[in-house]
Parts: sequence; C-alpha cells; structure tokens
Amino acid sequence: MAFYIVQFLTGLASAASLFLVASGLSIIFGVTRIVNFAHGAFYMLGAYVAFTLTEQFSGAIGFWGGIVVAAVIVALIGVLVEMVLLRRIYHAPELFQLLATFGLTLMVEDLVVLIWGPSDLLGRRAPGFRGAVDFFGQNIPSYDLFLIVLGPVVLGILWLLFQRTRWGVLVRAATQDRDMVAALGVNQKWLFTSVFAVGVFLAALGGALQIPRDAVNHALDLQIIVDVFVVVVIGGLGSIVGAFVAAVLVSELNAFGILIFPKISIILVFLVMAAVLIVRPWGLFGKQEAPARRTPGLTVNPWRPLTSGERLAAIAALALAAGLPLVGGNYALTVGSEIAIFVIFAVSLHFLMAVGGLASFGHAAYFGLGAYGVALLAKMAGLPMIVCLLLGPLLGCLGAAVFGVFAVQLSGVYFAMLTLAFAQIVWSIAFQWVAVTGGDNGILGVWPERWAASPSHFYWLSIGIAALAVIALRIIVFSPFGYALRATRDSPLRGEAIGIDGKRIQWTAFVIAGTVAGIAGALFAYLKGSVFPDSLGISLSVDALVMVLLGGVETVSGGVVGAIVYKALNIWLVSRTDLSKLVLGAFIVLIVVAFPKGIVGMLETIRNRRRPKLSKPASLTSRIETAE
Amino acid sequence: MKLSVHDLNSHYGPAHILFDIALEVGEGEVVALLGRNGAGKSTTFRSIVGLVAQRTGRIVFEGRDVSDAPTHAIVRSGLGYVPEERRIFTDLTVEENLEVGRQPVRPNTPHWTTEKLFALFPNLGEMRGRPGGRMSGGEQQMLTIARTLMGNPSLVLLDEPSEGLSPKIVEQMIEAILTVKKAGVSIVVSEQNLHFARLISDRAYIIERGRICFSGTMDELDARPDIRDAHLAL
Repeated sequence: MAFYIVQFLTGLASAASLFLVASGLSIIFGVTRIVNFAHGAFYMLGAYVAFTLTEQFSGAIGFWGGIVVAAVIVALIGVLVEMVLLRRIYHAPELFQLLATFGLTLMVEDLVVLIWGPSDLLGRRAPGFRGAVDFFGQNIPSYDLFLIVLGPVVLGILWLLFQRTRWGVLVRAATQDRDMVAALGVNQKWLFTSVFAVGVFLAALGGALQIPRDAVNHALDLQIIVDVFVVVVIGGLGSIVGAFVAAVLVSELNAFGILIFPKISIILVFLVMAAVLIVRPWGLFGKQEAPARRTPGLTVNPWRPLTSGERLAAIAALALAAGLPLVGGNYALTVGSEIAIFVIFAVSLHFLMAVGGLASFGHAAYFGLGAYGVALLAKMAGLPMIVCLLLGPLLGCLGAAVFGVFAVQLSGVYFAMLTLAFAQIVWSIAFQWVAVTGGDNGILGVWPERWAASPSHFYWLSIGIAALAVIALRIIVFSPFGYALRATRDSPLRGEAIGIDGKRIQWTAFVIAGTVAGIAGALFAYLKGSVFPDSLGISLSVDALVMVLLGGVETVSGGVVGAIVYKALNIWLVSRTDLSKLVLGAFIVLIVVAFPKGIVGMLETIRNRRRPKLSKPASLTSRIETAE
Repeated sequence: MKLSVHDLNSHYGPAHILFDIALEVGEGEVVALLGRNGAGKSTTFRSIVGLVAQRTGRIVFEGRDVSDAPTHAIVRSGLGYVPEERRIFTDLTVEENLEVGRQPVRPNTPHWTTEKLFALFPNLGEMRGRPGGRMSGGEQQMLTIARTLMGNPSLVLLDEPSEGLSPKIVEQMIEAILTVKKAGVSIVVSEQNLHFARLISDRAYIIERGRICFSGTMDELDARPDIRDAHLAL
C-alpha cells in the first residue's frame, strides 16, 4: 500500500512543473489566441539558465534566487520575442502562428547546444531539500514534497492575480472580447506583452524547478510540449483550473501506467484523452469556442482545373524530370527519388490543409506507419515488393481511420495539438516496442527487388507514383466530394444545412491524406532500405508543414513546388552546416512573416495583377467556381 | 467644437459603406444620428473610434486630430463609445465590468465612481456581484453605458441605446441620459426611434445609405415631414 501512495506522491510532484507550463500556455492562448509552440523551448531555456545561475552565481543570489532570476530572464526574452515577432502575426491564421513559434523552437534547440553543449547537465540539489522522507519503509525525496505543495500554491496565487487585481480583470475581459477592451481605453499591446511575459515566466519557472530532479538536455522542449498539449486538450485551453486538474491526471496516469504497461504507458494517457474528447470536445473545463477564424481561404484566386495548355506544361515538366537518369549520376537519382517521395508526402498534407482546412501537426505518423507497414511485411512476412507497396500504406490508412475519428471532432488549434499528440504516441510505440519495431535500432534490410533496385528504375517508380498521387488528389479536389469538403472548410454550418455530413467528409479526407502519406512512407522505406522512429517524428511532420506553406496553402497543388524547393534546399543545407535547425527555424519564421502566401501563391498573385480582367472573362468565369 | 468629422469614408473589404460623412458636436450638446437599419450609424461610430480598419477622413476631437490614433488612445483622450451589441463581459461581474472601463480623472470633465453610477442606474447597484451573462437585456444596456462612463469621457457615442428594451426601461434610460447630459457630457446618440431621440436631443443628422442627407435642429426636422417619412421608418 505504501508503495502505491509513494507512486501517487511522485505523480503529484511531476504534476507541478507540468501545471506551470500548461497554465502559462493557457493564459497566453486565452488573451492572444496564439498556441505558443515555443513554450517548450522557454521551459528548456528556464532549465538551462537556472543551471548556469545556480552553478556559477549561487554565491551572489543563492539557489532559490537563481531559480527565480532564471525565470525572470527567460520572461524578458519572451517579451522580446513577443514585441519583435508575435506582434506582426496576431492577425495571421492560427496555423502560421503555430509554425512561427515552432520555427522559434528549432532555433532555440540549436542555440542551446551552441551555448551549453550537447551533453546532459546535472543540476544541484535544492538546499534544504536534499534528503528523503521515510514513509512506511519507502523513500520520498523531500524536494518532491516541496513540489507537491508548490503546485496548489501557484494555483492560488494565479487565482488571486486574476480575481483580485485590475490586471487580472483586464486579462479576463480581453480573453472574452479584445476589441471591446481596446474600445474602453486599454492599450492591448502592453496587455498582450504582459500576458506573454507572465506565461513565459511560468514555463521557465517550471523548467528551472526541474533541475534538481532531472538532467537538463536539449530535447526537453519537445518532451514537455507534447505533455502540455495533452494536458490542455484534456483540461480545456484557456482554463487554469483545467490545467491543474489535467496536469495531475496526466502525471498520475503516467505514474501508474508504468506499473501496468511498463513499455507503453502513454497509451493509458491517450485512452483517457480520447474518452474526454468524446464526452467534452473542448476539455474538462474548457468552453466551446465561437466558430474558429477561417483557415486560409481563397477569396482572391478561385481554384480551377488546369487548362489544356497548363496540362501540357505539366506533362512536359514530368517528361523533363523523367530524363534525369540520362544526365544525373546515382547520387542525383537518389536525391531525385527522395524529392519525389516528399512531393507525395507534401501533397497529401496539402490536400488535408488546403482543401480540408485541417492543419495536421502530426502527419508524419501516417508516413511512418506506411514505412513500418512495408518493413514489417517485407521482413516478417517476406512478401514480394509489389505486394508490400500495395499493402504497406494500409497501415497508414488504418492509423488515419482510427485517429481521424477523434481528430475531426475538433478544429483549428485543437486539431493541430491532437494530431501532434497522436503522432507522438505512435512514435513512442515504435520507439519502445523493441520486440516488433526494433526500437531505436529500427528495421534494417528493406531493399527493393531487382526490377526496382537500380537508382534509375527506383527514380522512375517514385516520380511515376508521385505523378499519379498528384493527379488523383487533383481529381478529388474537383469532384463532388471535393466540393463538399471545401464547403465544410469554408462554412461548416451552411454545409450541414444543405445536407453535407461535415465530420464524415473530413474523416474521409483525413483517411485519404493518411493513405497517400503512407504510400510516400512505403517508398521511403525502400529508398533507405530501413525504417527508424524518426520517420514518425515531429520534425518530419513540420517539414511537411513547411513544404505546404512554402508552396502556398491557398493553391491547389502548391505542395509540389514547396516539396521540391524545400527538400532540395534542406539536403543542400544539411550538407553545408551543423546548425541546420537554426537556419531552418529562421527560414520558417521568415516565410511566415514575409511570404505568408508561399511561392505558388505569390506567382499567382503576380500573374493576376499583370493580366487584368479584360482577357477573355467569359470563358474563364464559366470554369471558375468560387470558394464562398 | 467638441467633435468634428470631415469627409469620413469607410470600407468593409471591397464594399464602400460610408460616403463623405461630416458631423459636428458642440460642447455639452446632445446630437441624434437617425437612420434605418443598415444606414451606416454603427459604422460611423466604429469609424470615429478607430475600429474600422479601412477609413479615410479627418476626425478632430477637442481640437486634436485623432484620425490616425489607435482606438485605445482615442478613448483615453475622453471620447467614450457604447457599442450597439452591448458587448458586456459575460464572465465578469458587474463591478468587474465597470473596473475594465475605469480610467484616470480628467480635468473639466465629470468624474464618475461606481457609487455615482449605481445611483444613476439603481438596478445595477443591486447586483454588483452578478456575472454579466446573467442579466436581462435592459440591465446589460445600463451596464455598457455605466462601463463607458467609468472612463470619465467628455463625449459619448451611444449606439442605439433603446433597441430591444421595454418601454419602462426606455423611460429609465432617457432619465439617465438626461442626467449625464446635465453633468456636462456631450452625447451623440444613434437611433431609429424618433420619439426617443426627440426627448433627449438638441439637433439631429439623418443618415441614409452611408450619406448624411439632413442636418438641423429637432424643430427643423419636425418642419420637414417629407424628409422624416422618406428616411425614417416610423
């Protein structure tokens, strides 16, 4: 019995930091409507800065001073970020805000390694809390007891701050109606900045308080942010009490899940999250949002199928690409195959985002499932390649079908957070279920058969399938199903009113996108001859998002261009610099701030400007169908 | 002049809503902006306080050009705005709603405190701790006006204060507005209800399809039944 009580107390202690970070995220979201992906990065920075302060300046400010000063320093960095970056994108679609803050996260990851080095850092024990308390023969670290008390204390302080101060009243008012607060003479700019500072302070404090418990390393940010997303999805975004309850719930599930499913305790958390979402889609303490802001719609350039001239141009481009084996060597062909595979992956996500209006932050899950599907079939069942290629993607399809049921219940940032959490769950299964997936060592020796083994043959196979995927998705866009999907994207209520079952349509689109991503993953497994958990990872999901964004989310096939440009750039960059995350992160931030329409979107805008309306309006309008 | 508006033009996206609006409000004056639904009354107010992004023209308040000032700065200089849809903060209590509106005291303008406002709207005084979401429409309307007065404005833009209220509440509202006027606050009130406007206003403008088509005293308006019938639904 004592053992279970100790386990329970350990869970409560872990909940403290999780609650601090999650409440910070919630507060920031409430007022600014930005889901701050960089919150994990601020948490990590808090830990690193606290490490340095407590190691090197503890004489001047002491251990506890170091913890608090670290949180203040990181909060000031947060203020800088808010003023320089976020103020420019408050009115951008929420997807862009998520991406920009993700870019920031990438930059911080490299910067942290530059400053503090790549190895784990072990922090000091907290003075006064070095020992352990004996509890019926079990030891509880006294620092854990401190954290257990701290959680409710912070909750109380936040409650007082929000209920009893003018600032708190203004924040609560702005959470409900920002414009009205401005119309009563309150300067929103500084209100937003101060809210962001408080939120970042909480995240950094959460990180700083962890240094006596855990080693500090440069992967902390993604670890915590996934847990935090799960917490706010369960507790309800915007609710501090919800963050507290859900943080305790998730921490306890983790603490006891390890006893029940030692390898895959995250499954328990997932099951609870799924149950909560079915009963209360907006979380235990959340409120249903007013219909979300429209995802990047297309009011300027209505979509139309390609004209016959454009079709010829596309075929010519494909023929040109097919000629690569005549001039390129093996390396060029391998790179070419990889780009073709990423074209498939990017168009699948582009379909989901641009046509379905659903921005998935965990699309790599289905790519990776396709890859693992092929690898398992080829290695375990020993099936021929063509059968594997046909059946492997079905694992991606299956994964999308299951997760899609839950994901399409939500929209906007909730959808993004949930898909990210799903992908992370699949990743942990692949990582931890060593018996089947090989864990970190992956599955090796998945080579194509002889007919596809030579680089040129595999290249042709890849671009052939890529071309088919693009064509198939374009046909879907301009089919009745595509119209229904776009109607649901632009106005779910009006869609329902004319008899469109929006959730079912979105679920179908999710499955289509997952299957196509699975096809890309299947090819990728054969290209690399192996599969690793990385194929399911967050960074791959974000790669896909950047490709879509780069191509232009308001276009029909921008994903193709985005994938080619981004992948080529990425391969070149990785070969040139060790700081690829820093450059990539800066690149993402730059796109979001400076070129929100992407490459294809920009080209279209320029072309439309050049060619005024007088050119054959009649024949054009007959084909154009507007999005609204 | 307390407030003067020149050549105000506003757009929502591609739609041109207001055309060359010109308005003037004198010190301590109550001016009615009359017009049908959709004539442009609310857009005029929203444009004056800077809530419409696409607008051109000149807005001079107490001798200062505030055309390019952000909303919060315009409001802080003493130009209060009461929106039509009330937009009270439903999660906040009556007292907290008032707190959001509170601004420092301004010289030469009446100073409002919660106690003075509870005297002005006795209903509110009886429900200080009640969340805004659990109030009747009339009570919410009183709360929006009180909330704006907490900013100690010298001029208030009052958007359709009588809309959807019962006759009894309308009477209270008229009394309250007259008290505010007596305290020295200038008021621009938009209305569809000519009867209501006549009881409180010194002068009137009529707006139709985004253009001002009449301006004069209430007596002058009464002398022109043709204009009244053409532009106001009675």
